[in-house]
Amino acid sequence: MKLTLDIWRQKGASDAGRFETYTVEANEHMSFLEMLDVLNQELIGSGKEPVAFDSDCREGICGMCGFVVNGVPHGPVDNTTICQTHMRHFHDGERLRLEPWRAAAFPVLKDLVVDRSAFDRIIQAGGFISVRTGSAVDSNAMLVEKNKSDRAMTNAACIGCGACVASCPNAAAALFTGAKIAHLGLLPQGQPERTDRALNMVAQMGKEGFGHCTTIGECEANCPAHIKLEAIAQMNGDFLRAVFAKREESAGGGAG
Amino acid sequence: MSVATKTVTAPPSFSRVGVLWASTVGKKALMALTGILLSLFVLGHLLGNLQLYFGRDSTGAYLINKYAEFLHHNKPLLYGTRTVLLVAVLIHVIAAFQLQLGKGAARPVEYHQKESVNSTVSSRYMFWTGVVIFFFVIYHLLQLTLGVVNVPGFREGDVFHNVTVGLRTGVAPLFYVVGMIGLGLHLRHGLYSTFQSLGAGNPAVSQWALKWAAVVATVIALVNLSFPLAVLAGLVKG
Amino acid sequence: MSLNSRIPSGPLDQKWSTAKKEMKLVNPANKRKHTVIVVGTGLAGASASASLGEMGYNVLSFAFQDSPRRAHSIAAQGGINAAKNYQNDGDSVYRLFYDTIKGGDFRAREANVYRLAEISANIIDQCTAQGVPFAREYGGTLANRSFGGAQVSRTFYARGQTGQQLLLGAYSALSKQIAVGTVKQFSRTEMLELIVVDGRARGIVTRDLVSGKIQSHLADAVVLATGGYGNAFYLSTNAKGSNATAAWRAHRKGAFFANPCYTQIHPTCIPKSGDYQSKLTLMSESLRNDGRIWVPKKKGDTRSPDQIPEAERDYYLERVYPSYGNLAPRDVSSRQAKYRCDEGLGVGPSGLGVYLDFSEAIGRLGQKVIAERYGNLFDMYEKITGENPYQVPMRIYPAVHYAMGGLWVDYELMSNLPGLFVLGEANFSDHGANRLGASALMQGLGDGYFVAPYTVSNYLAQGGRVKVDAGAAAVKDAEKEATGRAEKLLAVKGKRTVDSFHRELGNVMWENVGMARSAESLNKALKRIPEIRDEFWKNVSVPGTGAELNQELEKAGRVADFLEFAELLAWDALQRNESCGGHFRVEYQTPDGEALRNDADYAYVAAWEWKGEGKRQELNKEPLVFENIHLATRSYK
Ligand SMILES: Cc1cc2nc3c(=O)[nH]c(=O)nc-3n(C[C@H](O)[C@H](O)[C@H](O)COP(=O)(O)OP(=O)(O)OC[C@H]3O[C@@H](n4cnc5c(N)ncnc54)[C@H](O)[C@@H]3O)c2cc1C
Ligand code: HEM
Ligand code: FES
Repeated sequence: MKLTLDIWRQKGASDAGRFETYTVEANEHMSFLEMLDVLNQELIGSGKEPVAFDSDCREGICGMCGFVVNGVPHGPVDNTTICQTHMRHFHDGERLRLEPWRAAAFPVLKDLVVDRSAFDRIIQAGGFISVRTGSAVDSNAMLVEKNKSDRAMTNAACIGCGACVASCPNAAAALFTGAKIAHLGLLPQGQPERTDRALNMVAQMGKEGFGHCTTIGECEANCPAHIKLEAIAQMNGDFLRAVFAKREESAGGGAG
Repeated sequence: MSVATKTVTAPPSFSRVGVLWASTVGKKALMALTGILLSLFVLGHLLGNLQLYFGRDSTGAYLINKYAEFLHHNKPLLYGTRTVLLVAVLIHVIAAFQLQLGKGAARPVEYHQKESVNSTVSSRYMFWTGVVIFFFVIYHLLQLTLGVVNVPGFREGDVFHNVTVGLRTGVAPLFYVVGMIGLGLHLRHGLYSTFQSLGAGNPAVSQWALKWAAVVATVIALVNLSFPLAVLAGLVKG
Repeated sequence: MSLNSRIPSGPLDQKWSTAKKEMKLVNPANKRKHTVIVVGTGLAGASASASLGEMGYNVLSFAFQDSPRRAHSIAAQGGINAAKNYQNDGDSVYRLFYDTIKGGDFRAREANVYRLAEISANIIDQCTAQGVPFAREYGGTLANRSFGGAQVSRTFYARGQTGQQLLLGAYSALSKQIAVGTVKQFSRTEMLELIVVDGRARGIVTRDLVSGKIQSHLADAVVLATGGYGNAFYLSTNAKGSNATAAWRAHRKGAFFANPCYTQIHPTCIPKSGDYQSKLTLMSESLRNDGRIWVPKKKGDTRSPDQIPEAERDYYLERVYPSYGNLAPRDVSSRQAKYRCDEGLGVGPSGLGVYLDFSEAIGRLGQKVIAERYGNLFDMYEKITGENPYQVPMRIYPAVHYAMGGLWVDYELMSNLPGLFVLGEANFSDHGANRLGASALMQGLGDGYFVAPYTVSNYLAQGGRVKVDAGAAAVKDAEKEATGRAEKLLAVKGKRTVDSFHRELGNVMWENVGMARSAESLNKALKRIPEIRDEFWKNVSVPGTGAELNQELEKAGRVADFLEFAELLAWDALQRNESCGGHFRVEYQTPDGEALRNDADYAYVAAWEWKGEGKRQELNKEPLVFENIHLATRSYK
């Protein structure tokens, strides 16, 4: 099948970008990224700069890949990363527009590659349970209701790809942040730090320049990990409870 | 590329409302609370207006006029309510503007092409339906509270007259139709989203809220619309 | 050079406690004065960085991905072993130890493996405490499943995403230390050289993959947790970026490379579909718990699988290995699949595939149960192939998966270069010639959480190192080497892409150094690899410059190193005149096609020493002494 691609080309973070048009011969068994590999081989062969895009596992789990295809993050297949999208979902002669994630908090580094370190900083603000190596109790000393544990897992499945931000009309990171808050907040281990976690992660989310959540639901529809809006409600609830929860100022002792 | 280090800190101990206002999550919660308040007002206002359809009582006075007199009679209650509503509107509107600005800043470069995969028009245009409501409310106040526009022969206290005359004068029908469509859309998403903003996201609750928000919003918009339509159709006249 | 494995004396089950007892400690006030570099944020690296940071050391952590959370460990599906005996099915530390040694075909060190089994239970506890949502029973306790080659259920799992959850746990611990400031994270930063000063590892040279800046970082110890070298075969289940560069550069600076020929070929991967294929996808072997593997009995049977009656199917694993059946270990299962396809019984368009059939299990348990157990794997299969495995059997074929070989380390996970520690898949330590399912995650986390914190401290406590000056000759030379190599790659300006060379290398490796190796095929590879390498340096085309984000340059550096490393791999395979685990030499097999080990001559670790450009590496042997285990023929019949 022959495809026409309008791809965003941008040399570096501070350069202006533009779309450039390419044609490529693909076959239906290829993955989308393999199709771009083929294009890049041709570009290099003809002395041009290949298109930069991120990928690593190519199995839909590392969250490294991601760009917008025809206005939809990770392309047209629901809840599927672009690395797991195969060309059989496209047809001969189709024209595709490839754009990077667009958000102030995700500056474009080159072509389709963006900087998502803002997500790391949100996790650093509280997306963890503090437990010193070696200080854990026996796993079965702490029973966890299966249903809660399963729901925690559902939220923990987030791959951190950024499609939620990319798809949100407000460029909000609520689904990402909510997923982590929900994951840890559903488990007994996560309770001691639940208050601080919500306050700090939400604050960090704001500092990074993400927008707010209007419960539009584009994120949920685009999430390759099937994270649900419920996660955001959990974040909102935890945050509000945290704001109003009585907090005794502890004398020193160190945070975190 | 090194990732800047941030220290984990307990939240600054400024006032709790301040903490709320400082974050998008808190601001949304305030919008939800004020939204609920305003929605209750809208509902009350609508129920009161229904008396338009009930004509006069045994003394020959229009029910709606008596109702208005009753409302205006208790000054502390009247001004108290107005103040609360005004504060609620201010909070709601200022927050809306700030969030809207924040949203722009969060995506300085727009997509050249962006599709909506699974979202409602009402959810995507909350700000703009809010703006519609805002202008509608100003018009509404100018018209039927102050009598400055579009009520030929405005009579203080004679709500029945003002309404039956006003609703068919000049651009009034247009304002009411557009305003109520705006309100309907706003509430259709707003009443559902409130649950989410206040932390109630259990799928069962969400599904329930999604359905009932649509029903309530439609009813409110339609009943409100029925007033100008009834007047225009000559079903209610003085 | 003699190899000192520093295995503590005394009985097997006391060795680790003896070692810990004798280790020196660093004064708490001095910890932050010590800088430790950790390259890699996979299970091994992230757990080590988090733990060392928590102890108070000043840690510099590196990864080439854009976030530490994306290390290749994230892709592990099936599970992690631990001798918890929660199932009361007779498991014990000793049994896990024994299974691992036996699974490794008696080519691993007893002491290391025993320690791993001992700490395995702590790993699970640590992860649970971090909030890793392991699967649970209705009573709230942790659930287990049995996993390739084990007769007890000791595998802990989180749906089909165990690696992801364990890594996110370690990443969260790491993130916390980054926030506290004890760890400084460098993402999108690739290590290109090791800095050795006075015979000790004292730093690394890195390239910032965004700006292109080449820079050195100095430390008191360097920990490599850079994963395996499976991508030497181009197509493998590894992530695209997985590479041997860090290990290879350390090797060239004096670190011994052990057992490079031990490469694991995983039996259940989705077959290749064409020449453009960029990687192969693993279907977790947990599928073999419920799926049955078969091929048609008739050659060239083109009927669709549901049209082939039971009597005309060969469930060959159940036939050949009645007691283990479809759960036979990876190397054994892979080889059997290859035999069937070599006999012309393979299925699918390429003839390189066998069926993994769930119809019996779906009939017995219902689709819902199967979906609960393997839903995400079935979805993944369907996404890739466009076929619905609930209806048609999966087609699978073996693919390169894991590197048992790696940099040589002693009992304390330190290489022969003092100050250079190697953890996780990057070292050679625990899996011998073949790794059992769910043991790599255990080893990575064991190394990072529970071994390195002790042993790195022990090394640091022995102190006496002078501060290295950033302008020292060794530092400047290493920087020059890294810069020079990048410049050289950019200057070739040839005609062929980096990928085309990588693919060509991969083909040569898969055909000649893959599932079945012979002196003939290995010699062929040994002839071809240098030729490809020569052409690479004459004809590779790397567009762009070094001072920008340049993915072709990144790949070029890695492929250049694979082209050197692959030769060592083949050479090691040629020297090992026996079959063991993942290393199968066709000359050494029993009459019925099973691997034939030679314990008399080859019960040793082959540790290769770099002797300079263009020279053959020198073989150093570390004899494997089995004091507790009787060497037996590995039989799964
Ligand atoms: C598909 C798949 C499924 C698997 N399933 C299982 C399973 O179910 N159970 C099991 O036990 N094992 C499984 N394994 C094996 C296991 O996942 C790996 O062996 C293990 O995760 C390796 O961890 P690691 O920390 O050693 O290295 P990795 O996770 O590979 O991490 C390597 C790190 O080093 C960094 N790095 C590498 N080179 C450089 C460089 N030059 N400069 C800077 N940084 C560098 C990378 O950025 C990365 O952070 C599976 C493997 C695969 C491929
Ligand atoms: C009768 C008057 C109004 C009522 C009853 C009302 C009601 C609501 C409700 C219930 C919500 C949901 C809050 C949430 O998502 O949690 C909401 C949201 C919103 N309202 Fe209003 N509102 C009114 C007027 C306005 C006005 C005048 C504006 C201003 C321009 C406005 C702008 C918004 C915006 C932008 C949101 C969405 C907030 C977001 O999620 O981004 N509203 N409103
Ligand atoms: S490359 Fe890992 S999720 Fe797509």
